[in-house]
Amino acid sequence: MRQAGRAMNLAPVFLGALARRRLATLFSFAAIVLGVALGMAVQAVHESALAEFGRSLRTLAGTADLQVLGPRGGFDEDLYAQLAARPEVADASPLVEIEARLAGHEETLPLFGVDVFALARVTPALLPQPAAGADRFAALADDAVFLSAAAQTALGVKVGDRLAVQSGTATQTVRVAGDLPGVDENRRLAVMDIAAVQARVARLGRLTRIDLRLAEGVSPAAARASLQALLPAGVQIEVPQAAEDQAARLSRAYRVNLNMLAAMALLTGGFLVFSAQALSVVRRRGEFAFLRAIGLSRRRLFAWLLGEGAVVGLAGGIAGAALGHGLAWAALALLGGDLGAGYFSGLRPPLRFDPLASAAFVALGVVAGIAGAWLPAREAATVAPAQALKAGDEAAIPGGRGHPRLGLAALLASLGAAALPPVTGLPLGGYLAVACLLAGSILLLPALAAGCARLLPRRGPAPARLAAARLGAAPGHAVVAAAGVLTSVALAAAMAIMVASFRDSVDAWLHQLLPADLYLRAGRAAGSGHLDAALQARIAAVPGVARVGFTRHETLRLAAGRAPLPLIARPVSADGRELPLVGGVLRAGDEPALWISEAVHDLYGWRPGQRVELPLAGRAVRLRVAGVWRDYVRQGGALMVDLADYRRLTGDLLANDAAIDLAADAAPLAVAAALRALAPPGALEVAHPAEIRAVSLRLFDRTFAVTYLLEAVAVVIGLAGVAASFAALAAARRREFGMLRHLGVSRRQIGWMLAEEGALAAGIGVAGGLVAGGAIGLVLIEVVNRQSFHWSMDLHVPWGSLAVFALALVALAALAAVLAGRQAMRQEAVLAVREDW
Amino acid sequence: MDRRAFLAALASLPIWPAGEARAAAVEFAAVLPGRRLVFPRDHGAHPDFRHEWWYATGWLTLPDGSPLGFQSTFFRVRSGVGEGNPSAFAPRQLLLAHAALADPRLGRLRHDQRVARAGFGRAGFADERTGAWIGDWRFEQDGDRYRATVRAGDFAYDLTLAPDGPPLANGVGGFSAKAADPRHASYYYSRPQLAAGGTVTIAGRRQAVSGRAWLDHEWSSQPLPEGAQGWDWVGLNLDDGGALMAFRLRRPDGSPLWAAATERAPDGGARNLPAEAVAFEPLRSWRSPRSGIAWPVAWRLRAGARVFVLWPLFDDQELDSRRTTGAIYWEGAVRVTENGREVGRGYLEMTGYGERIRLG
Repeated sequence: MRQAGRAMNLAPVFLGALARRRLATLFSFAAIVLGVALGMAVQAVHESALAEFGRSLRTLAGTADLQVLGPRGGFDEDLYAQLAARPEVADASPLVEIEARLAGHEETLPLFGVDVFALARVTPALLPQPAAGADRFAALADDAVFLSAAAQTALGVKVGDRLAVQSGTATQTVRVAGDLPGVDENRRLAVMDIAAVQARVARLGRLTRIDLRLAEGVSPAAARASLQALLPAGVQIEVPQAAEDQAARLSRAYRVNLNMLAAMALLTGGFLVFSAQALSVVRRRGEFAFLRAIGLSRRRLFAWLLGEGAVVGLAGGIAGAALGHGLAWAALALLGGDLGAGYFSGLRPPLRFDPLASAAFVALGVVAGIAGAWLPAREAATVAPAQALKAGDEAAIPGGRGHPRLGLAALLASLGAAALPPVTGLPLGGYLAVACLLAGSILLLPALAAGCARLLPRRGPAPARLAAARLGAAPGHAVVAAAGVLTSVALAAAMAIMVASFRDSVDAWLHQLLPADLYLRAGRAAGSGHLDAALQARIAAVPGVARVGFTRHETLRLAAGRAPLPLIARPVSADGRELPLVGGVLRAGDEPALWISEAVHDLYGWRPGQRVELPLAGRAVRLRVAGVWRDYVRQGGALMVDLADYRRLTGDLLANDAAIDLAADAAPLAVAAALRALAPPGALEVAHPAEIRAVSLRLFDRTFAVTYLLEAVAVVIGLAGVAASFAALAAARRREFGMLRHLGVSRRQIGWMLAEEGALAAGIGVAGGLVAGGAIGLVLIEVVNRQSFHWSMDLHVPWGSLAVFALALVALAALAAVLAGRQAMRQEAVLAVREDW
Repeated sequence: MDRRAFLAALASLPIWPAGEARAAAVEFAAVLPGRRLVFPRDHGAHPDFRHEWWYATGWLTLPDGSPLGFQSTFFRVRSGVGEGNPSAFAPRQLLLAHAALADPRLGRLRHDQRVARAGFGRAGFADERTGAWIGDWRFEQDGDRYRATVRAGDFAYDLTLAPDGPPLANGVGGFSAKAADPRHASYYYSRPQLAAGGTVTIAGRRQAVSGRAWLDHEWSSQPLPEGAQGWDWVGLNLDDGGALMAFRLRRPDGSPLWAAATERAPDGGARNLPAEAVAFEPLRSWRSPRSGIAWPVAWRLRAGARVFVLWPLFDDQELDSRRTTGAIYWEGAVRVTENGREVGRGYLEMTGYGERIRLG
């Protein structure tokens, strides 16, 4: 009872302290809000997208126990008859899936050719519903297409309207005959009769998928084992969840990376709590000593100070979780479920509230608050009351000595961590290395500050000498302000270096991949558009065209449970000089050359010189890995073969794209117009490589927009930390300012002194941050990106912008210090000195 | 005859509302008077016509002596869609199958159905003899006998049906008129007095059965005559070896629009009865608790000079296929009495007692 009573009485003492230093508390709070909000938003967006993706996949898979899936070009439809006749199979539903290109629409639409009768028993959710009053064979009619509600909205069409579907470069007119009531409201999807799709849009005799419902008592594993033997090479039997797992795996690295950025923001928040608490503890030493003297135990003082941090953390956590959901909602509405990165295109998931995850993020905020308050609280609790009650002791501040040995050890540990292999596809070692680098550089910061103080010249105007002397005498103050700056600068610099290297590499890569004068394509690579042999001949015959290189896109399924692997067939020389190769080329061997992307190298373990079997046109073909190329598009890997080899091996003479070299005297615009005129308007797209590069880089920048925003916010918070530290310090140094004024130092000179102190503290933080950021940037490039996304990049340091950024930060810190000190300087000198006597 | 046309129309089905007939660009073969049925060719399918069905119903006896009704129906529908489509999936010919068991101990029908487009060996029909199948459901002719095999969710049967004589042509030599207008007609023959034997599996228990059955085979391209709300049909196997097929089309007010009957004497001699010689008079109604429809489950049937009373094996032989076909009908086993004495057994079908039956 007495304890409780005392606790009640103490609450205003401690929690009131938070209210007294509003500015510092506000910045700590803001940083925690930001960290929690970002983490929460990333989590909420991704969970919503994944849940929606999974739900929609489950709807589309219906009650199918197994799915037979083939390469993009599909497989022979006789397999359907064979599988359906097997005793293990109760029902089989054949499907032709195609990304339909619609004339006059930029986006493609997933089009399913279905047998409604088989569908009813396996995947009833896809059943079309003809509009009221429709003919009774409406769902079978070969010009009838059924659109999900989302597809109708996206295309701006309604029942009865007509759509032009591109097939090859011809267009087929279909009529919207009804809707798909069983399909999720957020899923864009079209359904037609399978015979109509085969005959009018896709290929006769080919299926892309068969859904199987197994006979009672047959386990999927057993059926898979016995049915797999029937399948031609490259056709796999999957459990329907496989696609969901693959999507989750694919997007996981991106999600974890964003979460790591959020963790950095949270770390910054913890630092701000630390610096605010450290300074506050210094100012309140007398107060604490008094409390201790009247009987408050060391443990309770410690607990109360931790409580202050926890309150800030809890408030920040709750506000952050709320803000995070708001951000997630906005992101889902504006960018869709993949934050602009393209993993879940076609989905518009609604926001989901996950109480457990939200609680976890609030808890993280509390942890950041408590962790930030830990060291200052321990410091305050260990001080002997008698000593602390003496005046003039406030200048001593924790962290003044630093732990250089521990710091060096952390830096060394980061080297080891960076060398670790990925854990279940995640670069955990890389993240550990980043954490070690940050911790190490912060632990080394006091030593750096002391070193700087020694190096500073003892000449010059009085304010400069005063500032330098202060740094030498009480480096702790500067260190506390600098630590926050270091964290945010390190983060920002690392991201800047990584993104600049990435962008530079992508730009160089685009230049190398797009050497021709013009590019022509028939719809999206996965779509229903293609160039047939006759059209290819007509393209080559257009006046002004000197050379044409055609490209064919296919996807292969190498093994069950693995995502389909894109195969690109285009003209490739024996030495692969057209490709952005990484490492050497192996020419030996008679088999056709296969060029693998870095992701295939990492994920499949294939090496140059190795012989591998690929399922081409339904049979296994041996190829030789000739080299590794860099691919910034297909994170799951991609294969490339020479077009002539591909055509010889598969007999597939179609093409999707063409790279066109112009004759010396040809006018690009005239040739482009002549090419477009080969097919109905809109069927062929002709682009200049410069346009493609611009579009690609725009996409790149959009993807990194989130990280730019994070960087900016981290820097603002770092600056806020400087301002808060100096505001607190300035208040504590009123007597010092008063004394200086008595000694004849002008207000203006004190201002200069403060500015230089701020610049010095920030300069030390910025310098440390740039070094740490460079190291972290290297880790991001060489470890985190390589292990997450399997692509390498060339280091490109944006020296100019980093320098501008560093100088601006130092200047802003100086300004912040002056502004923060203004309050203290305004006081009458006499009053300031007298105050304590 | 047209009674099954409504079901055939449903072959287009899953969940689609039956709409008005489409002005098909396809030329369907026409039913013309004067064409004689030719066997065995006419046992097989006639894919040029719009509708065709093989419709077997009958009474079976379980080893413990208790009765059981069965239905095994295959419909073939030429949809008029995809005639020029080179795809092997082109939905030119559709197959629909209905299977049911009427078990008085359960008190309602066990029922299942399938539908598929012909092709890939998954579903199809034979031309030269009777044969239709969807997956492992089959109805086919082997020599002069028929075999019906069905494996449904909660029941299965495998029955052999052996005729005792030549096919019984309905109407004028198999040309069965449905209205005064001769365009409304079908080719139609029956195989009464089929000796049934085989096995029935209910609740996982397989039992030997024997009994007597009836097969109808009918094909046409014509929709139901205008003004018809539905129909009533019976196929009766009489104990003395005789048989009777009778049907009538009803107006919305219940009055007869058209009727006809074929009577086979015990010695095999057949004669057709004109519309005015056939009269259906309802005796008792049963209201379905599920659909709310009142079905006249007991009838007095006058065919020429004879008057039969039809009494159901049990009342609830309503078949609700709204979920898939949009229609509710009553198809059930009936006992036949004449002058208060049981003289035979057969099947009764009633349609159009809820909403009007629509035909394509």
